[in-house]
Amino acid sequence: MQKILSAMDNIRLFDDLARKKSAIHSLHPVAKLITTFAFLLFLVSFGRYEIIKLLPFVAFPLFMIIKADLPLIPLGQRLLVVEPLIVGVGILNPLFDPAGWLTFASIMIKATLTVVAALVLVGTTGMDRLASALYKLKVPDMFVLQLTLTYRYIFVLVEELVVMMRAYSLRSYTQKGISFKDGGPFVGQLLLRTLDRAQRVHYAMGLRGFQGRYPDDGQTSLKAKDLVFALGWIGFFLLCRFYNWPALLGLLLGGIQ
Amino acid sequence: MSHHKIEVRNLAYSYPDGCQAIRDISFTIRHGESVGIIGANGSGKSTLLMLLLGIMFPSKGQVLVGDVALTKKTLAMIRQRLQLVFQDSDDQLFTTSVFDDVAFGPRNYNLSPTEVDTRVDEALEQVGIAHLKYKAPYKLSGGQKKAAAIATVLAMHPDVLIMDEPTSGLDPKSRRRLIDILKCFDHTKIITSHDLDLVLDTCQITIVINDGTVAAIGPTEEVLSNRELLERCDLEVPLSIKLRSLQGNGRHDAD
Ligand SMILES: Nc1ncnc2c1ncn2[C@@H]1O[C@H](COP(=O)(O)OP(=O)(O)OP(=O)(O)O)[C@@H](O)[C@H]1O
Ligand SMILES: [Mg+2]
Repeated sequence: MQKILSAMDNIRLFDDLARKKSAIHSLHPVAKLITTFAFLLFLVSFGRYEIIKLLPFVAFPLFMIIKADLPLIPLGQRLLVVEPLIVGVGILNPLFDPAGWLTFASIMIKATLTVVAALVLVGTTGMDRLASALYKLKVPDMFVLQLTLTYRYIFVLVEELVVMMRAYSLRSYTQKGISFKDGGPFVGQLLLRTLDRAQRVHYAMGLRGFQGRYPDDGQTSLKAKDLVFALGWIGFFLLCRFYNWPALLGLLLGGIQ
Repeated sequence: MSHHKIEVRNLAYSYPDGCQAIRDISFTIRHGESVGIIGANGSGKSTLLMLLLGIMFPSKGQVLVGDVALTKKTLAMIRQRLQLVFQDSDDQLFTTSVFDDVAFGPRNYNLSPTEVDTRVDEALEQVGIAHLKYKAPYKLSGGQKKAAAIATVLAMHPDVLIMDEPTSGLDPKSRRRLIDILKCFDHTKIITSHDLDLVLDTCQITIVINDGTVAAIGPTEEVLSNRELLERCDLEVPLSIKLRSLQGNGRHDAD
Protein backbone atom coordinates (compact mmCIF):
# COMPACT_ATOMS: atom_id res chain seq x y z
CA MET A 1 0.00 0.00 0.00
CA GLN A 2 2.69 2.44 1.08
CA LYS A 3 4.58 1.44 -2.01
CA ILE A 4 1.71 2.39 -4.28
CA LEU A 5 1.24 5.71 -2.54
CA SER A 6 4.86 6.58 -3.03
CA ALA A 7 4.71 5.34 -6.61
CA MET A 8 1.92 7.81 -7.10
CA ASP A 9 4.00 10.58 -5.66
CA ASN A 10 6.84 9.44 -7.86
CA ILE A 11 4.79 9.42 -10.99
CA ARG A 12 3.86 13.03 -10.42
CA LEU A 13 7.44 13.87 -9.56
CA PHE A 14 8.21 14.93 -13.10
CA ASP A 15 5.37 17.42 -13.04
CA ASP A 16 6.80 18.86 -9.85
CA LEU A 17 10.30 18.94 -11.29
CA ALA A 18 9.03 20.72 -14.37
CA ARG A 19 7.74 23.55 -12.18
CA LYS A 20 11.14 24.25 -10.67
CA LYS A 21 12.89 27.45 -11.61
CA SER A 22 16.30 27.28 -13.25
CA ALA A 23 18.12 28.60 -16.28
CA ILE A 24 17.27 25.39 -18.11
CA HIS A 25 13.61 25.48 -17.10
CA SER A 26 13.23 29.00 -18.38
CA LEU A 27 14.47 28.10 -21.85
CA HIS A 28 11.86 27.93 -24.58
CA PRO A 29 10.41 24.41 -24.90
CA VAL A 30 10.97 24.43 -28.65
CA ALA A 31 14.69 25.06 -28.14
CA LYS A 32 14.99 22.18 -25.69
CA LEU A 33 12.94 19.87 -27.86
CA ILE A 34 14.99 20.55 -30.98
CA THR A 35 18.28 20.22 -29.13
CA THR A 36 17.24 16.93 -27.56
CA PHE A 37 16.03 15.66 -30.90
CA ALA A 38 19.34 16.62 -32.53
CA PHE A 39 21.15 14.89 -29.68
CA LEU A 40 19.27 11.67 -30.39
CA LEU A 41 19.88 11.90 -34.13
CA PHE A 42 23.61 12.33 -33.64
CA LEU A 43 23.66 9.46 -31.15
CA VAL A 44 22.12 6.97 -33.53
CA SER A 45 24.26 8.15 -36.42
CA PHE A 46 27.32 6.42 -34.97
CA GLY A 47 28.30 2.99 -36.22
CA ARG A 48 27.98 0.02 -33.92
CA TYR A 49 31.67 -0.26 -33.09
CA GLU A 50 32.24 3.46 -32.45
CA ILE A 51 32.07 3.47 -28.71
CA ILE A 52 34.78 5.88 -27.72
CA LYS A 53 33.30 8.58 -29.90
CA LEU A 54 30.04 8.36 -27.94
CA LEU A 55 31.62 9.43 -24.68
CA PRO A 56 31.59 13.22 -25.21
CA PHE A 57 27.83 13.00 -25.65
CA VAL A 58 27.44 12.30 -21.95
CA ALA A 59 28.14 16.00 -21.51
CA PHE A 60 24.70 17.10 -22.70
CA PRO A 61 22.43 15.25 -20.26
CA LEU A 62 24.97 15.83 -17.51
CA PHE A 63 24.96 19.56 -18.16
CA MET A 64 21.15 19.63 -18.13
CA ILE A 65 20.89 17.63 -14.91
CA ILE A 66 23.38 19.81 -13.07
CA LYS A 67 22.11 23.13 -14.39
CA ALA A 68 18.46 22.25 -13.78
CA ASP A 69 19.27 20.79 -10.39
CA LEU A 70 17.41 17.54 -11.08
CA PRO A 71 17.63 14.93 -8.31
CA LEU A 72 19.78 11.95 -9.32
CA ILE A 73 18.10 9.19 -7.35
CA PRO A 74 14.62 9.32 -8.92
CA LEU A 75 16.21 9.66 -12.36
CA GLY A 76 18.33 6.60 -11.63
CA GLN A 77 15.30 4.67 -10.42
CA ARG A 78 13.44 5.29 -13.62
CA LEU A 79 16.48 4.35 -15.63
CA LEU A 80 16.68 1.07 -13.73
CA VAL A 81 13.14 0.27 -14.82
CA VAL A 82 14.07 0.35 -18.52
CA GLU A 83 17.64 -0.92 -18.23
CA PRO A 84 16.71 -4.64 -18.16
CA LEU A 85 14.83 -4.10 -21.40
CA ILE A 86 17.87 -2.58 -23.02
CA VAL A 87 20.08 -5.39 -21.78
CA GLY A 88 17.55 -7.86 -23.13
CA VAL A 89 17.79 -6.33 -26.57
CA GLY A 90 21.58 -5.99 -26.58
CA ILE A 91 22.62 -9.24 -24.95
CA LEU A 92 22.12 -11.36 -28.08
CA ASN A 93 24.88 -9.51 -29.92
CA PRO A 94 27.85 -11.14 -28.19
CA LEU A 95 26.35 -14.53 -29.04
CA PHE A 96 26.30 -14.04 -32.78
CA ASP A 97 29.08 -11.59 -33.44
CA PRO A 98 32.74 -12.04 -32.44
CA ALA A 99 32.93 -8.29 -31.79
CA GLY A 100 29.52 -8.46 -30.19
CA TRP A 101 30.56 -7.03 -26.85
CA LEU A 102 31.40 -3.80 -28.59
CA THR A 103 27.97 -3.66 -30.20
CA PHE A 104 26.40 -4.52 -26.88
CA ALA A 105 28.25 -1.72 -25.15
CA SER A 106 27.31 0.72 -27.87
CA ILE A 107 23.63 -0.23 -27.63
CA MET A 108 23.75 0.15 -23.87
CA ILE A 109 25.34 3.57 -24.01
CA LYS A 110 23.08 4.88 -26.76
CA ALA A 111 19.87 3.60 -25.18
CA THR A 112 20.79 4.83 -21.74
CA LEU A 113 21.65 8.28 -23.03
CA THR A 114 18.41 8.36 -24.99
CA VAL A 115 16.32 7.53 -21.94
CA VAL A 116 18.16 10.00 -19.74
CA ALA A 117 17.78 12.76 -22.34
CA ALA A 118 14.05 12.09 -22.61
CA LEU A 119 13.60 12.09 -18.82
CA VAL A 120 15.57 15.30 -18.54
CA LEU A 121 13.49 16.92 -21.25
CA VAL A 122 10.21 16.09 -19.49
CA GLY A 123 11.67 17.01 -16.09
CA THR A 124 12.79 20.44 -17.24
CA THR A 125 9.87 21.28 -19.50
CA GLY A 126 6.72 19.42 -18.45
CA MET A 127 4.36 17.53 -20.68
CA ASP A 128 1.97 20.40 -21.34
CA ARG A 129 4.66 22.77 -22.51
CA LEU A 130 6.22 20.02 -24.57
CA ALA A 131 2.86 19.55 -26.22
CA SER A 132 2.67 23.20 -27.12
CA ALA A 133 6.21 22.98 -28.51
CA LEU A 134 5.17 20.03 -30.65
CA TYR A 135 2.25 22.05 -32.00
CA LYS A 136 4.60 24.88 -32.85
CA LEU A 137 6.76 22.44 -34.78
CA LYS A 138 3.65 21.49 -36.76
CA VAL A 139 3.38 17.97 -35.42
CA PRO A 140 -0.19 16.81 -36.19
CA ASP A 141 -2.72 17.59 -33.41
CA MET A 142 -3.86 14.00 -33.27
CA PHE A 143 -0.39 12.78 -32.39
CA VAL A 144 0.21 15.39 -29.70
CA LEU A 145 -3.19 14.74 -28.18
CA GLN A 146 -2.50 11.03 -28.08
CA LEU A 147 0.75 11.68 -26.27
CA THR A 148 -0.60 14.12 -23.68
CA LEU A 149 -3.76 12.19 -22.95
CA THR A 150 -1.85 8.94 -22.53
CA TYR A 151 0.40 10.73 -20.10
CA ARG A 152 -2.61 12.02 -18.16
CA TYR A 153 -4.38 8.69 -18.33
CA ILE A 154 -1.57 7.05 -16.41
CA PHE A 155 -2.20 9.41 -13.50
CA VAL A 156 -5.89 8.69 -13.50
CA LEU A 157 -5.12 4.98 -13.53
CA VAL A 158 -2.73 5.21 -10.62
CA GLU A 159 -5.07 7.45 -8.62
CA GLU A 160 -7.95 5.05 -9.03
CA LEU A 161 -5.64 2.19 -8.13
CA VAL A 162 -4.65 3.94 -4.91
CA VAL A 163 -8.26 4.57 -3.95
CA MET A 164 -9.25 0.96 -4.63
CA MET A 165 -6.21 -0.49 -2.88
CA ARG A 166 -6.94 1.61 0.16
CA ALA A 167 -10.56 0.52 0.30
CA TYR A 168 -9.53 -3.11 -0.24
CA SER A 169 -6.76 -3.18 2.32
CA LEU A 170 -8.87 -1.52 5.02
CA ARG A 171 -11.31 -4.39 4.86
CA SER A 172 -8.82 -7.20 4.36
CA TYR A 173 -6.20 -6.31 6.91
CA THR A 174 -5.10 -9.88 7.53
CA GLN A 175 -3.57 -10.36 4.13
CA LYS A 176 -0.86 -8.68 2.18
CA GLY A 177 -1.70 -7.47 -1.31
CA ILE A 178 -4.70 -8.68 -3.25
CA SER A 179 -5.68 -12.32 -3.14
CA PHE A 180 -5.66 -14.27 -6.38
CA LYS A 181 -9.40 -14.83 -6.17
CA ASP A 182 -10.13 -11.09 -6.05
CA GLY A 183 -7.48 -10.18 -8.60
CA GLY A 184 -9.62 -10.56 -11.74
CA PRO A 185 -12.59 -8.52 -10.58
CA PHE A 186 -10.20 -5.98 -9.06
CA VAL A 187 -8.38 -5.34 -12.32
CA GLY A 188 -11.61 -5.32 -14.29
CA GLN A 189 -13.15 -2.85 -11.89
CA LEU A 190 -10.03 -0.71 -12.00
CA LEU A 191 -10.20 -0.43 -15.77
CA LEU A 192 -13.92 0.36 -15.74
CA ARG A 193 -13.49 3.02 -13.07
CA THR A 194 -10.56 4.55 -14.86
CA LEU A 195 -12.45 4.69 -18.13
CA ASP A 196 -15.40 6.23 -16.36
CA ARG A 197 -13.30 8.84 -14.66
CA ALA A 198 -11.35 9.59 -17.84
CA GLN A 199 -14.70 10.09 -19.51
CA ARG A 200 -15.84 12.57 -16.86
CA VAL A 201 -12.55 14.43 -16.99
CA HIS A 202 -13.02 14.64 -20.73
CA TYR A 203 -16.49 16.12 -20.18
CA ALA A 204 -15.00 18.71 -17.86
CA MET A 205 -12.42 19.60 -20.49
CA GLY A 206 -15.10 19.88 -23.15
CA LEU A 207 -17.15 22.18 -20.94
CA ARG A 208 -14.21 24.51 -20.64
CA GLY A 209 -13.85 24.84 -24.37
CA PHE A 210 -11.45 22.00 -25.13
CA GLN A 211 -11.77 20.98 -28.76
CA GLY A 212 -9.01 18.48 -29.27
CA ARG A 213 -6.07 20.80 -28.94
CA TYR A 214 -4.23 21.81 -25.80
CA PRO A 215 -4.33 25.56 -25.37
CA ASP A 216 -1.19 27.49 -26.03
CA ASP A 217 0.51 28.42 -22.80
CA GLY A 218 1.24 31.89 -24.06
CA GLN A 219 4.94 31.22 -24.63
CA THR A 220 6.55 33.98 -26.57
CA SER A 221 8.88 33.41 -29.49
CA LEU A 222 12.47 32.20 -29.18
CA LYS A 223 14.84 34.56 -27.43
CA ALA A 224 18.58 35.01 -27.95
CA LYS A 225 19.45 32.68 -25.06
CA ASP A 226 17.29 29.93 -26.58
CA LEU A 227 19.15 30.22 -29.87
CA VAL A 228 22.52 30.24 -28.13
CA PHE A 229 21.53 27.13 -26.21
CA ALA A 230 20.27 25.20 -29.23
CA LEU A 231 22.96 26.28 -31.69
CA GLY A 232 25.71 25.90 -29.12
CA TRP A 233 24.82 22.33 -28.34
CA ILE A 234 24.19 21.36 -31.94
CA GLY A 235 27.58 22.82 -32.79
CA PHE A 236 29.11 20.71 -30.02
CA PHE A 237 27.37 17.59 -31.36
CA LEU A 238 28.73 18.33 -34.85
CA LEU A 239 32.26 18.64 -33.51
CA CYS A 240 31.90 15.39 -31.61
CA ARG A 241 30.48 13.68 -34.64
CA PHE A 242 33.31 14.54 -36.99
CA TYR A 243 36.32 14.71 -34.69
CA ASN A 244 37.28 11.90 -32.41
CA TRP A 245 37.85 14.01 -29.28
CA PRO A 246 38.72 11.19 -26.93
CA ALA A 247 41.34 9.91 -29.38
CA LEU A 248 42.74 13.40 -29.98
CA LEU A 249 42.88 13.97 -26.28
CA GLY A 250 44.66 10.66 -25.85
CA LEU A 251 47.16 11.69 -28.46
CA LEU A 252 47.72 15.01 -26.80
CA LEU A 253 48.21 13.54 -23.38
CA GLY A 254 50.18 10.49 -24.49
CA GLY A 255 52.25 12.44 -26.99
CA ILE A 256 52.54 11.53 -30.66
CA GLN A 257 54.45 8.35 -31.19
CA MET B 1 -27.26 38.17 -26.03
CA SER B 2 -28.49 38.62 -22.51
CA HIS B 3 -31.31 36.15 -22.91
CA HIS B 4 -30.11 33.24 -20.89
CA LYS B 5 -33.48 31.75 -20.43
CA ILE B 6 -33.34 28.01 -20.01
CA GLU B 7 -36.30 25.94 -20.94
CA VAL B 8 -36.65 22.24 -20.36
CA ARG B 9 -39.45 20.42 -22.12
CA ASN B 10 -40.57 16.91 -21.22
CA LEU B 11 -37.10 15.68 -20.58
CA ALA B 12 -36.47 11.95 -20.13
CA TYR B 13 -33.25 10.02 -19.86
CA SER B 14 -32.27 6.40 -19.27
CA TYR B 15 -28.70 5.32 -18.62
CA PRO B 16 -27.33 2.61 -20.91
CA ASP B 17 -27.91 0.04 -18.14
CA GLY B 18 -31.62 0.80 -18.29
CA CYS B 19 -31.87 2.93 -15.15
CA GLN B 20 -34.42 5.62 -15.90
CA ALA B 21 -32.94 8.56 -14.02
CA ILE B 22 -35.15 11.27 -15.53
CA ARG B 23 -38.77 10.44 -16.35
CA ASP B 24 -40.51 13.65 -17.31
CA ILE B 25 -39.21 17.05 -16.37
CA SER B 26 -40.33 20.46 -17.63
CA PHE B 27 -39.57 23.93 -16.29
CA THR B 28 -38.43 27.37 -17.40
CA ILE B 29 -35.70 29.43 -15.80
CA ARG B 30 -35.82 33.11 -16.66
CA HIS B 31 -32.83 35.33 -17.28
CA GLY B 32 -31.04 36.27 -14.08
CA GLU B 33 -33.03 33.92 -11.90
CA SER B 34 -31.34 31.82 -9.25
CA VAL B 35 -32.75 28.35 -8.97
CA GLY B 36 -32.17 25.61 -6.44
CA ILE B 37 -32.75 22.01 -7.40
CA ILE B 38 -33.29 19.74 -4.43
CA GLY B 39 -34.18 16.09 -4.04
CA ALA B 40 -33.16 12.93 -2.24
CA ASN B 41 -30.09 10.89 -3.20
CA GLY B 42 -30.52 9.31 -6.60
CA SER B 43 -33.53 11.47 -7.50
CA GLY B 44 -31.80 12.58 -10.70
CA LYS B 45 -30.32 16.01 -9.95
CA SER B 46 -26.84 15.40 -11.32
CA THR B 47 -28.25 13.66 -14.36
CA LEU B 48 -30.51 16.63 -15.03
CA LEU B 49 -27.56 19.03 -14.92
CA MET B 50 -25.58 16.90 -17.33
CA LEU B 51 -28.51 16.98 -19.72
CA LEU B 52 -28.63 20.78 -19.45
CA LEU B 53 -25.01 20.97 -20.55
CA GLY B 54 -25.25 18.42 -23.33
CA ILE B 55 -22.83 16.04 -21.64
CA MET B 56 -25.52 13.51 -22.39
CA PHE B 57 -28.47 13.91 -24.69
CA PRO B 58 -32.02 13.16 -23.53
CA SER B 59 -33.85 10.13 -24.85
CA LYS B 60 -36.95 12.32 -25.05
CA GLY B 61 -37.69 16.03 -24.81
CA GLN B 62 -35.63 19.12 -25.38
CA VAL B 63 -33.42 21.71 -23.70
CA LEU B 64 -33.52 25.29 -24.99
CA VAL B 65 -30.97 27.92 -24.02
CA GLY B 66 -32.13 31.36 -25.07
CA ASP B 67 -34.07 30.36 -28.13
CA VAL B 68 -31.54 27.81 -29.28
CA ALA B 69 -32.26 24.11 -28.91
CA LEU B 70 -29.36 22.15 -27.45
CA THR B 71 -28.05 19.80 -30.11
CA LYS B 72 -24.63 18.51 -31.10
CA LYS B 73 -24.36 21.42 -33.52
CA THR B 74 -25.17 24.17 -31.05
CA LEU B 75 -23.19 22.54 -28.23
CA ALA B 76 -19.97 24.54 -28.58
CA MET B 77 -21.85 27.84 -28.67
CA ILE B 78 -24.02 27.00 -25.68
CA ARG B 79 -21.11 25.75 -23.63
CA GLN B 80 -19.42 29.11 -23.91
CA ARG B 81 -22.20 30.48 -21.77
CA LEU B 82 -23.01 27.67 -19.34
CA GLN B 83 -20.48 26.36 -16.88
CA LEU B 84 -20.77 23.46 -14.47
CA VAL B 85 -19.02 22.71 -11.20
CA PHE B 86 -19.05 18.91 -10.91
CA GLN B 87 -20.21 17.10 -7.81
CA ASP B 88 -16.84 15.34 -7.61
CA SER B 89 -13.96 17.84 -7.81
CA ASP B 90 -11.56 15.16 -8.98
CA ASP B 91 -13.49 15.10 -12.23
CA GLN B 92 -12.84 18.75 -12.74
CA LEU B 93 -9.15 19.08 -11.95
CA PHE B 94 -6.77 17.38 -14.32
CA THR B 95 -3.68 19.44 -14.90
CA THR B 96 -0.48 19.68 -12.91
CA SER B 97 -1.06 22.85 -10.90
CA VAL B 98 -4.01 24.83 -9.64
CA PHE B 99 -2.89 27.70 -11.84
CA ASP B 100 -2.87 25.60 -15.00
CA ASP B 101 -6.24 24.15 -14.17
CA VAL B 102 -7.90 27.50 -13.68
CA ALA B 103 -6.13 28.87 -16.76
CA PHE B 104 -7.20 25.94 -18.92
CA GLY B 105 -10.61 27.33 -19.86
CA PRO B 106 -9.56 30.95 -20.54
CA ARG B 107 -6.64 29.71 -22.64
CA ASN B 108 -9.00 27.60 -24.68
CA TYR B 109 -10.80 30.78 -25.61
CA ASN B 110 -7.52 32.30 -26.75
CA LEU B 111 -7.27 35.09 -24.23
CA SER B 112 -3.93 36.85 -24.00
CA PRO B 113 -1.48 35.57 -21.33
CA THR B 114 -1.91 38.69 -19.17
CA GLU B 115 -5.67 38.40 -19.37
CA VAL B 116 -5.45 34.73 -18.43
CA ASP B 117 -3.27 35.67 -15.45
CA THR B 118 -5.70 38.28 -14.17
CA ARG B 119 -8.63 35.92 -14.53
CA VAL B 120 -6.83 33.19 -12.62
CA ASP B 121 -5.79 35.55 -9.84
CA GLU B 122 -9.28 36.98 -9.55
CA ALA B 123 -10.92 33.57 -9.41
CA LEU B 124 -8.47 32.18 -6.85
CA GLU B 125 -8.85 35.31 -4.75
CA GLN B 126 -12.62 34.96 -4.84
CA VAL B 127 -12.59 31.43 -3.49
CA GLY B 128 -9.79 32.21 -1.05
CA ILE B 129 -7.04 29.88 -2.25
CA ALA B 130 -4.65 32.35 -3.87
CA HIS B 131 -1.85 30.89 -1.74
CA LEU B 132 -2.32 27.46 -3.35
CA LYS B 133 -1.80 28.73 -6.88
CA TYR B 134 1.17 26.51 -7.70
CA LYS B 135 0.19 23.46 -5.73
CA ALA B 136 -0.65 20.23 -7.53
CA PRO B 137 -4.43 19.66 -7.39
CA TYR B 138 -4.06 16.10 -6.19
CA LYS B 139 -2.24 17.38 -3.12
CA LEU B 140 -5.11 19.61 -2.00
CA SER B 141 -7.56 18.74 0.75
CA GLY B 142 -11.15 17.90 -0.18
CA GLY B 143 -12.47 21.37 0.51
CA GLN B 144 -9.53 23.05 -1.21
CA LYS B 145 -10.18 20.92 -4.27
CA LYS B 146 -13.77 22.06 -4.23
CA ALA B 147 -12.66 25.69 -4.05
CA ALA B 148 -10.24 25.13 -6.94
CA ALA B 149 -12.97 23.46 -8.98
CA ILE B 150 -15.23 26.45 -8.40
CA ALA B 151 -12.40 28.80 -9.41
CA THR B 152 -11.92 26.96 -12.72
CA VAL B 153 -15.49 27.82 -13.57
CA LEU B 154 -15.52 31.39 -12.24
CA ALA B 155 -12.48 32.17 -14.41
CA MET B 156 -14.61 31.42 -17.46
CA HIS B 157 -16.98 34.33 -16.63
CA PRO B 158 -20.03 32.23 -17.46
CA ASP B 159 -23.45 33.68 -18.20
CA VAL B 160 -25.09 30.78 -16.45
CA LEU B 161 -23.43 29.20 -13.46
CA ILE B 162 -24.41 25.64 -12.63
CA MET B 163 -23.19 23.92 -9.48
CA ASP B 164 -23.68 20.36 -8.34
CA GLU B 165 -23.40 20.16 -4.54
CA PRO B 166 -21.07 23.15 -4.23
CA THR B 167 -20.86 23.18 -0.42
CA SER B 168 -20.09 19.53 0.21
CA GLY B 169 -16.77 19.35 2.02
CA LEU B 170 -16.46 23.08 2.66
CA ASP B 171 -15.83 24.37 6.17
CA PRO B 172 -18.22 27.01 7.55
CA LYS B 173 -16.00 29.92 6.51
CA SER B 174 -15.53 28.65 2.96
CA ARG B 175 -19.22 27.88 2.76
CA ARG B 176 -20.02 31.43 3.82
CA ARG B 177 -17.58 32.74 1.22
CA LEU B 178 -19.25 30.64 -1.46
CA ILE B 179 -22.64 31.98 -0.48
CA ASP B 180 -21.27 35.50 -0.84
CA ILE B 181 -19.87 34.67 -4.27
CA LEU B 182 -23.20 33.25 -5.31
CA LYS B 183 -25.03 36.32 -4.06
CA CYS B 184 -22.69 38.61 -5.99
CA PHE B 185 -23.04 36.57 -9.16
CA ASP B 186 -25.99 38.33 -10.75
CA HIS B 187 -26.46 36.16 -13.81
CA THR B 188 -28.56 33.04 -13.96
CA LYS B 189 -27.50 30.32 -11.57
CA ILE B 190 -28.65 26.80 -10.95
CA ILE B 191 -27.59 24.98 -7.81
CA THR B 192 -28.33 21.47 -6.66
CA SER B 193 -27.74 20.88 -3.01
CA HIS B 194 -28.66 18.96 0.08
CA ASP B 195 -27.70 22.10 1.99
CA LEU B 196 -31.21 23.54 2.09
CA ASP B 197 -30.10 26.56 4.08
CA LEU B 198 -27.76 27.43 1.23
CA VAL B 199 -30.65 27.13 -1.20
CA LEU B 200 -32.77 29.29 1.05
CA ASP B 201 -29.99 31.87 1.22
CA THR B 202 -29.14 32.07 -2.47
CA CYS B 203 -32.07 30.87 -4.61
CA GLN B 204 -35.32 32.64 -5.46
CA ILE B 205 -36.93 29.60 -7.02
CA THR B 206 -36.72 25.99 -5.91
CA ILE B 207 -37.48 22.90 -7.91
CA VAL B 208 -38.05 19.66 -6.02
CA ILE B 209 -37.13 16.55 -7.96
CA ASN B 210 -38.49 13.21 -6.88
CA ASP B 211 -37.70 10.00 -8.71
CA GLY B 212 -36.94 11.74 -11.99
CA THR B 213 -40.01 14.00 -12.02
CA VAL B 214 -40.77 17.52 -10.78
CA ALA B 215 -42.60 17.24 -7.46
CA ALA B 216 -42.90 20.97 -6.93
CA ILE B 217 -41.65 24.28 -8.25
CA GLY B 218 -42.11 27.68 -6.67
CA PRO B 219 -40.63 30.46 -4.54
CA THR B 220 -37.97 28.97 -2.26
CA GLU B 221 -39.54 30.12 1.04
CA GLU B 222 -42.83 28.60 0.10
CA VAL B 223 -41.41 25.28 -1.11
CA LEU B 224 -39.06 24.85 1.82
CA SER B 225 -41.77 25.53 4.39
CA ASN B 226 -44.03 22.86 2.94
CA ARG B 227 -43.31 20.10 5.42
CA GLU B 228 -45.72 17.63 3.88
CA LEU B 229 -44.20 17.99 0.41
CA LEU B 230 -40.63 17.73 1.67
CA GLU B 231 -41.33 14.64 3.73
CA ARG B 232 -43.01 12.98 0.79
CA CYS B 233 -39.79 13.57 -1.16
CA ASP B 234 -37.55 12.28 1.67
CA LEU B 235 -36.37 15.77 2.56
CA GLU B 236 -36.60 17.89 5.69
CA VAL B 237 -37.59 21.46 6.42
CA PRO B 238 -34.33 23.43 6.81
CA LEU B 239 -33.31 24.35 10.32
CA SER B 240 -33.55 28.08 9.81
CA ILE B 241 -37.18 27.84 8.73
CA LYS B 242 -37.99 25.54 11.63
CA LEU B 243 -36.47 28.04 14.03
CA ARG B 244 -38.25 30.91 12.42
CA SER B 245 -41.63 29.23 12.67
CA LEU B 246 -40.92 28.31 16.27
CA GLN B 247 -40.13 31.91 17.06
CA GLY B 248 -43.10 33.08 15.05
CA ASN B 249 -45.44 30.93 17.12
CA GLY B 250 -43.82 32.17 20.31
CA ARG B 251 -43.11 28.58 21.25
CA HIS B 252 -39.38 28.81 21.51
CA ASP B 253 -39.48 28.72 25.28
CA ALA B 254 -41.73 25.66 25.31
CA ASP B 255 -39.07 23.41 23.67
N1 LIG C 1 -23.48 6.24 -14.93
C1 LIG C 1 -24.64 5.75 -14.51
N2 LIG C 1 -25.10 4.59 -15.01
C2 LIG C 1 -26.28 4.09 -14.60
N3 LIG C 1 -27.08 4.66 -13.69
C3 LIG C 1 -26.68 5.81 -13.16
C4 LIG C 1 -25.44 6.42 -13.52
N4 LIG C 1 -25.30 7.56 -12.83
C5 LIG C 1 -26.38 7.66 -12.06
N5 LIG C 1 -27.23 6.62 -12.25
C6 LIG C 1 -28.53 6.41 -11.59
O1 LIG C 1 -29.38 7.47 -11.95
C7 LIG C 1 -30.16 7.89 -10.84
C8 LIG C 1 -30.00 9.38 -10.63
O2 LIG C 1 -28.65 9.64 -10.28
P1 LIG C 1 -28.10 11.10 -10.03
O3 LIG C 1 -26.64 11.00 -9.93
O4 LIG C 1 -28.66 12.01 -11.05
O5 LIG C 1 -28.74 11.41 -8.61
P2 LIG C 1 -28.59 12.70 -7.70
O6 LIG C 1 -29.96 13.27 -7.52
O7 LIG C 1 -27.55 13.60 -8.23
O8 LIG C 1 -28.14 12.06 -6.31
P3 LIG C 1 -27.14 12.63 -5.19
O9 LIG C 1 -27.95 13.55 -4.34
O10 LIG C 1 -26.80 11.41 -4.42
O11 LIG C 1 -26.01 13.28 -5.85
C9 LIG C 1 -29.71 7.04 -9.66
O12 LIG C 1 -30.69 6.06 -9.44
C10 LIG C 1 -28.40 6.42 -10.10
O13 LIG C 1 -28.31 5.12 -9.58
MG1 LIG D 1 -25.70 14.19 -7.62
